Amino acid sequence: MSALALAYDGTAMLGRQLRRVRHNPGLLILTQTMPVTMLLFFGYVFGSALAVPGEEYRTFLVPGLLVATAANGIMTGMFQAAQDAHRGVTDRLRTLPISRAAVPLGQAAADLVVTAAGTVPFLLVGLAVGWRIEGSALEAAAAVGLLLLFRFATTWIGILLGLVSRSEEAAGQLGGATFMLPLLSNAYIPTDGLPGWLRAVAEWNPISAVSTALRDLFGNAPAPADGAWPVTHPVAGSLVWCAVLVAVFMPLAVRRYADGGR
Amino acid sequence: MTTTYAVLSEGLEKRFGEVRALRGLDLAVPAGTVCGLLGPNGAGKTTAVRLLTTLLRPDAGSARVAGHDLVREPDAVRRAIGVAGQYASVDGDLTGRENLRLFARLHRLPRPADRAGELLDRFGLADAADRPAATWSGGMRRRLDLAASLVTRPAVLFLDEPTTGLDPHSRHQIWEAVRALRSEGTTVLLTTQYLEEADRLADDVVLVDRGRVARSGTPAELKALIGSYAEAVVAHADALAGAAAVLDRLTGSAPVLDRERHAVGAVTTDPTLTLPRLVRELDAAGVPLLDVSLRPPTLDDVFLRLTGRPAAGPDHGTTDSTTGTTDQEELVT
Repeated sequence: MSALALAYDGTAMLGRQLRRVRHNPGLLILTQTMPVTMLLFFGYVFGSALAVPGEEYRTFLVPGLLVATAANGIMTGMFQAAQDAHRGVTDRLRTLPISRAAVPLGQAAADLVVTAAGTVPFLLVGLAVGWRIEGSALEAAAAVGLLLLFRFATTWIGILLGLVSRSEEAAGQLGGATFMLPLLSNAYIPTDGLPGWLRAVAEWNPISAVSTALRDLFGNAPAPADGAWPVTHPVAGSLVWCAVLVAVFMPLAVRRYADGGR
Repeated sequence: MTTTYAVLSEGLEKRFGEVRALRGLDLAVPAGTVCGLLGPNGAGKTTAVRLLTTLLRPDAGSARVAGHDLVREPDAVRRAIGVAGQYASVDGDLTGRENLRLFARLHRLPRPADRAGELLDRFGLADAADRPAATWSGGMRRRLDLAASLVTRPAVLFLDEPTTGLDPHSRHQIWEAVRALRSEGTTVLLTTQYLEEADRLADDVVLVDRGRVARSGTPAELKALIGSYAEAVVAHADALAGAAAVLDRLTGSAPVLDRERHAVGAVTTDPTLTLPRLVRELDAAGVPLLDVSLRPPTLDDVFLRLTGRPAAGPDHGTTDSTTGTTDQEELVT
């Protein structure tokens, strides 16, 4: 299957996914209002009990929440793939003479478009509560690029899990569990206070590397001098993490889609 | 005379873990005919369709669909077929028109919107065309499903239980559509649990049992295979022996007595045994007749005889997984 065919079919599938979002915006609204709610809740309610001043904590929180939200790519990827698989849409698409990679790729691409659009209102709320881009515009653009790359990577994890899930409900429950992942990272809290082993686990969490990278690139906070390698070298660490996730999960998901698991 | 086969399979096998879903399925469907795969749940009908439509890879055996090898040329097969039914469905989040346009685009048709409009008109769906398919009735969704499988005017159409869970009116609409397709030269392979459906639509019926073909033939041939059932109901139990003797002589098969109903019956494959003759012979023997019948067999009888089990359970018209999902979607929407 040529690259041109893949692009054509992938674009058709991208259009389909975007049309679905337009007809059924519930999931989108939920996934986009959640981080805003959490920013206000964490930033003002929890933040008031922390030793750090409120504005400083909210500045810390905005990049962390961006990354935690991007990690929800697992959940949305899984949900959409499972829904298609269990409602027979995947099977219908698999009986068409189209590129095997086009369907999951179209889903991942549509997800990126939606994520990029959803980032804008969140950042506006961030600006309103005191967060600022303190570095160069180029670095800020790199931060957004890294964020989207991370989202792309997590979506493939979700697509694979959705395709192997036994039912839509199972996918929904598993998807809900991904809300836990940012709790074991530096997205919401600094990791220096954690006990040694827990700190190591949290710092090797890809969410920590990407959160640290965003804080660094937005000029909010420099990378820490000590800690696990992905956190002390956050941009390189993030790129390596994304490359590993995509290299592992994209081929697995495409293969699973192509052969239907049988 | 050579026959072109639209579907030709030899020894297809498929195993899911311990379960042998297909154990050597041989099919030969002549082009331009309707073939009905008939069998109970779990007989392997759906697995057969999933293999023949490239959704699954066979563990053993081979098949050609529209002249293309299933395993070596899956894309050629995909270009020649349409698939609809309980497993291949449309996208409920999109409108009917958007669904058809998407499939037309993916098939590289030059004017996707025109083709979508044509199909919506043909299947009487134009009025609802711009509402999400999830809000449609089960019958309309099934017609959209069928329309989606016809986007390219496929040479071979696979319908997996196309009317399961539909009301009688919707079922008739699907039947009409299948008949129209056949008259246009499309080969149709459909699976069904409904004997009536196979009887009405299919040129050839293939009885599938435990992953194999139990028997195949035209509906008439299959019925002739087991013969008609001649039955006499007599006035009192004492007359049963006399009636049984007559039936034994006429049919050559062992009569079965039902003492409670004062009835005696026997299977016959003799085409010269007509109802008037049956009445005359019984009357001539002095049997006090209350009722006589000569009932042609149903495909149900055929299935029961050939496999020892009934073809379909008492589940006509209950929800299947597809309509179950529909209901949920309608609640959410």
